[in-house]
Amino acid sequence: MKAPSMMSNWRLLLVAALLGLLPLALAWHLAHLQVVPGQEKGFHFLQSEGEARTLRNQKINAYRGVITDRNGELLAVSTPVKSLIANPIELNPEQYDELAKALKMSTRALEQRVLNYANKQFMYLVRHLPPHEADAILDQDFDGVYAEEEFRRFYPAGEVAAHIVGFTNVDDKGQEGIELSFDSWLAGEQGSKKVVKDLKGNVVKELGVLKSPKAGKDLQLTIDLRLQYLAYRELKSAIAKQGAKSGSLVIMDPKTGELLAAVNQPSYNPNDRSKVEAYQLRNRAFTDLFEPGSTMKPFTVMAALETGRFTPSYTIDTSPGHVFVAGKMIPDPVNYGVMDLPKIIKKSSQVGITKLALQMEPNTIREMMFRVGLGQSTGSGFPGESVGVLPNRTKWHPIELANLAFGYGLSVNAVQLAQAYCVLANNGQFHSVSLIMQDEVSPSHQIVNTKFAKEVKSMLRGVVEPGGTATGANIPAYAVAGKTGTAHKVGEVGYIDDKYVALFAGFAPAEDPKIVAVVFINEPASENAYSGGKAAAPVFASTVEQALRILRVPPQQQRMHANNGMQLSSVGRTH
Amino acid sequence: MSLSSQDFIRRLPDSTQHFARGEGFWRKIHIDPLMLLFLLSVTAYGLIVLYSASGESEWMLKRQLVFFTLAYGAMFAVAQIELSLLRRWAPWFYAIGLVMLGLVYVVGVGAKGAQRWISLGFFRFQPSEILKIAVPMLVAAYLGTRMLPPSLKHTVVCLIIIAVPTVLILKQPDLGTSLLIAISGLIVLFLAGLRWRYIVGSVMAVLLSLWPMWTFVMKDYQKQRVLTLLDPEADKLGAGWNIIQSKTAIGSGGVNGKGWLTGTQSQLDFLPESHTDFIIAVLAEEFGLIGVLCLIGLYFLIISRGVYISWTAQTTFSRLLAGSITLTFFVYVFVNIGMVSGLLPVVGVPLPLVSLGGTSIVTLMTGFGIIMAVATEKKKVTLGGS
Repeated sequence: MKAPSMMSNWRLLLVAALLGLLPLALAWHLAHLQVVPGQEKGFHFLQSEGEARTLRNQKINAYRGVITDRNGELLAVSTPVKSLIANPIELNPEQYDELAKALKMSTRALEQRVLNYANKQFMYLVRHLPPHEADAILDQDFDGVYAEEEFRRFYPAGEVAAHIVGFTNVDDKGQEGIELSFDSWLAGEQGSKKVVKDLKGNVVKELGVLKSPKAGKDLQLTIDLRLQYLAYRELKSAIAKQGAKSGSLVIMDPKTGELLAAVNQPSYNPNDRSKVEAYQLRNRAFTDLFEPGSTMKPFTVMAALETGRFTPSYTIDTSPGHVFVAGKMIPDPVNYGVMDLPKIIKKSSQVGITKLALQMEPNTIREMMFRVGLGQSTGSGFPGESVGVLPNRTKWHPIELANLAFGYGLSVNAVQLAQAYCVLANNGQFHSVSLIMQDEVSPSHQIVNTKFAKEVKSMLRGVVEPGGTATGANIPAYAVAGKTGTAHKVGEVGYIDDKYVALFAGFAPAEDPKIVAVVFINEPASENAYSGGKAAAPVFASTVEQALRILRVPPQQQRMHANNGMQLSSVGRTH
Repeated sequence: MSLSSQDFIRRLPDSTQHFARGEGFWRKIHIDPLMLLFLLSVTAYGLIVLYSASGESEWMLKRQLVFFTLAYGAMFAVAQIELSLLRRWAPWFYAIGLVMLGLVYVVGVGAKGAQRWISLGFFRFQPSEILKIAVPMLVAAYLGTRMLPPSLKHTVVCLIIIAVPTVLILKQPDLGTSLLIAISGLIVLFLAGLRWRYIVGSVMAVLLSLWPMWTFVMKDYQKQRVLTLLDPEADKLGAGWNIIQSKTAIGSGGVNGKGWLTGTQSQLDFLPESHTDFIIAVLAEEFGLIGVLCLIGLYFLIISRGVYISWTAQTTFSRLLAGSITLTFFVYVFVNIGMVSGLLPVVGVPLPLVSLGGTSIVTLMTGFGIIMAVATEKKKVTLGGS
C-alpha cells in the first residue's frame, strides 16, 4: 500500500489552502462586521441598529407639589401609583380570562376595550393602582402588559376643603380650585430617562436620566384646617336642620385679609368623583351671587357719617312705620317711632335707612360700597370667581337709591361680603382677600376714617343685644358684633315672596376682632325661621365661639365674672 | 513529494520521546494529549459562552456538563477500540443506522415541521447521528481494502453508500444534516484520490441540476433561507429576522465586545436561538472580534492536529476516516459561523462544542475518539524506535 502517493501534491495543497483560506475569509468577514468603520451597514450601523432595538426614552413623571393649610396640615398630596398599560398588538387572547380576572373586570369588557385600541400600540388597562397590586398583576407575566409610574392625588381633608383645593384629573392636571389656578406652580416638569428594554418590552436596565424631572413646588394656603373643619360641620348640620338648598360660611382674619375658612354646601368627596355632579363642584362662597340685603345698612350709615352732616345721635322719625318713595311703600314690621342711627341698625329699620339715604348725595352710598370692595374681584385669583354687580348710575332714581341703601339692586358673593366687613372690624383699614400664605401681609390702606368705622362697629354691637334683630348670634364668653340680612330671592318675574336668603355678617371679639365670619343660607325651608337673625345668626354664634377657642383668644374679663351667675346674659347686657 | 512530514518526524533522533508521540502514559490510555487539551479548551470556552447565552441558566449549564461528561466518556471508550474492529463493524453500524432511519418514518417524533427523532421513553435521539459516523466509516472501510485511486465501479458503490442515507434524511426533512453526511462521505472519496475528471464532472452536474432542484425538490422554507441569505433586509420581521439580529449582535460587539453577560441583543431575547445555532453571535457581541478570533484559532488548532494525525495514520482506513472526521468538523465550524455572520444560508448546523446540544455532542466526541485511536495506533505498525 502506497499511502503517501495516494494523496498527490495538489490535493494536499488544495486541502491546506481551504483549511487556511476559509477561516481567513471568515475572520475577514467578521472583522468587516465588527471593526471596519465608515462603510454602509458596517459596525456603526449595526451598533445603532442594536441600540434602536433596546434603548428607549421613558418619561419620568414629576412629583406634584403638596398643598397645605397655614399650619402645614396636608390638603393635597401625591402618592406614587402604578398604571397598567398594554400594547394591544402583543396581548395574548388566550390570557384574556386570566388577565380580566386579575383586573377585576369581565372577559367581555376587556375584549371590548382591547378592540377599541386594536390598531394602536398603547392603551391603559387600569390607572392608578397601589404599587403592590400592580406588581401582583405584573408578576403573572401577561404578554404585552407593562406598568408606568405615576402619581395619584389624594385629598386628606376630603369634602371639607374640596371646593378650595379643587382636584386634578387622572393625568395629574388641575381641574378645579387651587389645583387649577396654580397648576403650573404645583405641576413641575416631566423628565426623561434612557432605559434598556428587552424583546418583551420590560425595562431591564436604566442607563441614566436624560432630564431629571423637576418636582412641583409646594403651596401653603391661608386656610386654617381646624377652622375649616369646624365651619364645615356647623354649616352642614345647619343646612340639614333647616332643609335649606345650599349655603356658605366664610371666615377671614380682618387684620390681614387672609381667608381662614371657606366652606359650602353641598360639597363632594374629591377622592372619589365617580358620582359627582356639576352643582356639587361650585365653590359657592366665590361663585354664587346674592343680594346682600340689610347687611349693607352699616355701609349706608358709614357713608352718611362720612359726609359730616350726620352723627350717631342723629334722629329720624320712622312713624307711621312706612314711607312712600315714588309711590312705592317701604314698610317696617312695626312703627318704631323716632330712632337714632344705632337703633336704626339695631332694629334694621327700612324706613329709617331709606329716609337717611334720601337725604344724601346720590352717589355717596354706591361709592362707599365700591370702596369696601363690592362689585370688584377680590384678587384672590380663585377660578370662576364672580365679581357681582354694583350698579353705577349718573342719575339715581329715589327708589333705586333707597334699594341700594338697604342692599337690593346689587349682588355680591360671600367672600366679598366678608372682605367688606373686615373694613368695619379693622377700623376702616382695607385688606384684599388672600388665599396663599405670603411672607408679608398684603398692604392695607385706610379707606374710611377710623372714627366713623369705630362708630359703625359699636352700632353693630347693638344688633346682638336684647331688642336687636340677631340676639341668636350672641355667645357667652366673647362680645359679638354683626348684622343680619334677609333678602327675597329673585325669580323669573321679580322677587319671590316665600323664598329668602338668610345672612349674617359679623365679627368677634367686638373690641378687637380676631375673625370676621359670613354665614349665607340659601332658601331655608322653615316658614318662621327664614330670617338672617333666626336662620343664619345661630350658625354664626356656634361657629365663632368655637373658632375663637381654637384660636386661643382669651375670653373677656367681665364675661368671665358674669359666668359665675346664671343670669349672665341679662347682667352683661342691660344698659 | 520527496520528503513527507511523517518521514521527517520519524527521522528525528528523539521521535520516541516526542511529546505527543512518546510511549508511556498517553499512549497506554490511547489519548492524544494535545488534541485533548485543545478540545477541553474549546469546551470550557463554550460553557462560559453558553452560560451567558442561556440567560445565566444553571439548568442548561448542568445539562450541557452532563452531556459533555458522557461525550468525553464515549471518546475515551471509542479510543480504546482496535481500528480493525471498527473497520469490520462498519457495515453493521451503517445497517443499524439505516433501519433506525426507516423507523423514524413509522414511529418518529416531530419537532418544528420535521420528523427526525426516535423516542426511547427516557430519551430521544436522532438516527442521523449514527450515520454521521457510519457513512464515512463504511466508505473508508470499503476503499481501505481497494486499489487507490478508486475506480469508477468503486466510486459508484461509494456514492450509493452515501446517497441512501442522504436522501432518507433529506426527506425528513433535514437539509443541513443530510448535506453534512453527504459531505463527510464525499470527503473520504476525495481524500482517497478521486480523479479530477469525476470531480469536475459532478460539479458541472450539480450546477446543471440547480434549476430543477430549485423548482421541484426544495421546500419553501429552504428556498426562503436562500432568498433570505441573498437579501436579509427584504423580510425584516419574518425570515430575515434571525440573520439581521445575529449580524446586529456581531456588529455591536466591536473589537473588544461588551463584556461577559452584558450583550444586549443576546441577553434581551432579541437574538433567536441564541444558545443553540446562533451562539457565536453571543460570543461576538460579548467578547468582540478578539473573542471570535480566539475561538477560530482554537478550532484551527484542533483541525490542524486532526489533519496531522490523519496524515501520519498507518492504514488507509484510519487515514481516510480520521481525515473525513477532521474535515467534516471543519465544515461544521465554517458553515455555522458562515451562516450566523450572513455568508451562507441558514441550514441549522450547531457550533460544535459550544452550542447547547445533546446526543450530537456525544456523536462529535465519538468521532474524536476515533481520531484518538488513530493517533495512538502507531505501535501496531512497527517502526524504528518503538
